[in-house]
Amino acid sequence: MRPKVTVEPVARLIDEFAKLPGIGPKTASRLAYFILRSPREEATALAHAILEVKERVSLCSVCFNITDVDPCLICQDEQRDRRTICVVEDPLDVLALERTGEYHGLYHVLHGAISPVDGIGPDRLRIRELVARVQAERPDEVILAMNPNIEGDATAMYIARQLLPLGVTVTRPASGLPVGGDLEYADEVTLGRALAGRRVL
Amino acid sequence: MTSVDSAGPVRSDALASNQESRIRLYRVEAVVLRRWDLGEADRILNLYTRQRGKLRAVAKGVRRPTSRLAGHLELFAHSNVLIARGRDLEIVSQAELIEPFRDLRRDERRIGLAGYVADLLDALTSEDDPQPLVFELLTETLRGIASQPDPFFVVRRYELRLLGALGYQPELYRCVVCGRPLEPVTNAFAPQLGGVACPPCAARDPAAVPLPVGAVKALRLLAGERWATVLERRTGPELRSAVESALYAYTRHILGRELASRAVLDQLQLAGSWSAGSPSPR
Repeated sequence: MRPKVTVEPVARLIDEFAKLPGIGPKTASRLAYFILRSPREEATALAHAILEVKERVSLCSVCFNITDVDPCLICQDEQRDRRTICVVEDPLDVLALERTGEYHGLYHVLHGAISPVDGIGPDRLRIRELVARVQAERPDEVILAMNPNIEGDATAMYIARQLLPLGVTVTRPASGLPVGGDLEYADEVTLGRALAGRRVL
Repeated sequence: MTSVDSAGPVRSDALASNQESRIRLYRVEAVVLRRWDLGEADRILNLYTRQRGKLRAVAKGVRRPTSRLAGHLELFAHSNVLIARGRDLEIVSQAELIEPFRDLRRDERRIGLAGYVADLLDALTSEDDPQPLVFELLTETLRGIASQPDPFFVVRRYELRLLGALGYQPELYRCVVCGRPLEPVTNAFAPQLGGVACPPCAARDPAAVPLPVGAVKALRLLAGERWATVLERRTGPELRSAVESALYAYTRHILGRELASRAVLDQLQLAGSWSAGSPSPR
């Protein structure tokens, strides 16, 4: 229980911070007191940034990535390879792939993965939109870059079942040993996949 | 793995309580039922263990690509896990795969079935209630889902045996109302009464599901030891659907709610029939 000495507006701010992912009660208080002590302009800037994210940012009508213009900058970019669509679970995955500098095609963001245990089925994701898009745009290749875990595999299999009859090439990124990892600690699924996907030097 | 084990060395009573508090590590054989993300890179795992029943533990750093634990604590993985007693939650200290059920991952419908199996177990059990037979049933079922060409009856058998092990064994030989042996006619499964009812008595349960003769036989076989013979029989869609609806009505009555995994399963199975095989993206 928080002692009653906390002033009501401060307590409310602490409660709001505590709702954020990864923030416990201690961190929430620390953040709240930091705001309390910071200059008014900084607090206003933060409040505006939060509001603007809700007001100005929406989902791209083509790829469902988060964007402030529709279609998003990637979908508009004529320099990109329009014959390839890379399907990812989350907008953050787009950033991760962009950081590699190795991919120049388009994206499609599903906003999650199929997870039967958690009750998340295909109809909760942007899969129908993907199938419609592939039918309309006829890309050469669809890359299913879901996370290499059970949920990601389930999602990839499900999508592949819908896309293969359309005659498009469907691929998944290689999975195997992590860079900087240790062979001895690899589980047999990872090691098995790494061996299956080995290449000639 | 280390040799430290909670059931480990024999010690004198005088030292016992003192040592008990110092031994903070114990080993369990576990299946991962469910996981939630925690903080930056951690996960909370809901494990079903042979030694302690259902338990929750934190796996630190498993969402990082270089995690040594991650592959050993994948959903539905059967692993040996070394657990440290934490202040609030138990913490996974080491893990080593026993069975990855690799073939599960090749087919999303099988993953859907495994999800339903895990969800049902989670819904019907509470923590700190060890049931080694249920653990056995769980691993056997996951193995069956991964390997059987058509895992339909593997899952029905699991439902029936799980309910039996937890004290909900349905009556399959006599009418659950009047007690008379069942005639070879279309009887009904009465979920609220806990078993099969003869046609006149079935009216007492508004939720009763019609059960043809073949379906009663299939249920009896599935509940017994020679259940695998059901897998070899040719079973029509009507019989399957009768067995499935009976068991579904029963679990829903016991739980008092629908399982979310069940709806997902229906969506996944619509995508293709079992004979269609699984797609293999390169």
